[in-house]
Amino acid sequence: MLVTSVDTLFNWARLSSLWQMSFGLACCAIEMMSTAASHYDMMRFGVIPRPSPRQSDVIIISGTVTLKMATRIKMLYEQMADPKYVISMGNCSNCGGPYWEYGYHVLRGVDRIIPVDVYVPGCPPRPEALLEGLMRLQEKVREQGKAVDLEV
Amino acid sequence: MTHSEIIVLLRSRFGDAIGQWHDMSSDNAYQRQMGSYLDVTEPGVIQKLAFFLRDEKGLEFNNLILLSTLDNSDGSLSVVYHVESTQYQHELTFKVTLPRDNAKVPTVCTVWSHANWHEREAWDMMGIRFEGHPDHRRILLEEDYPGHPLRKDFREPDFYHGMKVPY
Repeated sequence: MLVTSVDTLFNWARLSSLWQMSFGLACCAIEMMSTAASHYDMMRFGVIPRPSPRQSDVIIISGTVTLKMATRIKMLYEQMADPKYVISMGNCSNCGGPYWEYGYHVLRGVDRIIPVDVYVPGCPPRPEALLEGLMRLQEKVREQGKAVDLEV
Repeated sequence: MTHSEIIVLLRSRFGDAIGQWHDMSSDNAYQRQMGSYLDVTEPGVIQKLAFFLRDEKGLEFNNLILLSTLDNSDGSLSVVYHVESTQYQHELTFKVTLPRDNAKVPTVCTVWSHANWHEREAWDMMGIRFEGHPDHRRILLEEDYPGHPLRKDFREPDFYHGMKVPY
């Protein structure tokens, strides 16, 4: 017999099967693929790449967001079903990265179009860093909807 | 053929449309090869010149290595063509200079078909029109992007489709 609240149960279920939209933008996508492959194996955290926004819970913005791509990213984000989460992976999608001053074609930070839950810094971040980001997201999901002590 | 022989041949055919030969002095052979160029003073002859370079016996420049553009300090724009002959192993660089506000030059897509994307990129980045191009769209940026970003007077827009652009 296990006694729990509905929120805790749902959050546990959500964080244990964060299906990731397989969506790569630039060189960060190579690290993301490496994270998904056998060596780092993000499937052990319940993160499975899905090829459709309709069936995924988290979108990893892995790379430079160009102005041309930004409208498409926004559309993909809007097509995802709630609850949905966003991980911004790498300096480019965090804040523009090396293109911050002269990148005429780059959106300086994906948070200008969609809300970001976890930022993973690095250029590109190592797979361990992305896994850390995913685990931070899991911790966020675990506490969502609950009155929590914010002093972590 | 050496450069001087090629230039003599071109002058005999195109006359005043062929301008100065600019020799680059460098210890590096590759720099000499790529940095030395021939001025073409009349943009209108580019296509005929290209056909001549490709088809004339002994020249046979069958490959356009590169088509690039320059924004000159005097406000004019230039298109630079690097061509080579894979048969005779000789190369030639020629350059045509255009006014900034009405930069257009005949296309060389009909001569070297792989010029298609080069010219689209030149249009996208530098705003040079190629007359007679079969598919004259931007190649990388969106069709409604304001301006041509590699021009020195380009300033990026404050907003693009409602997204703030500057940092």
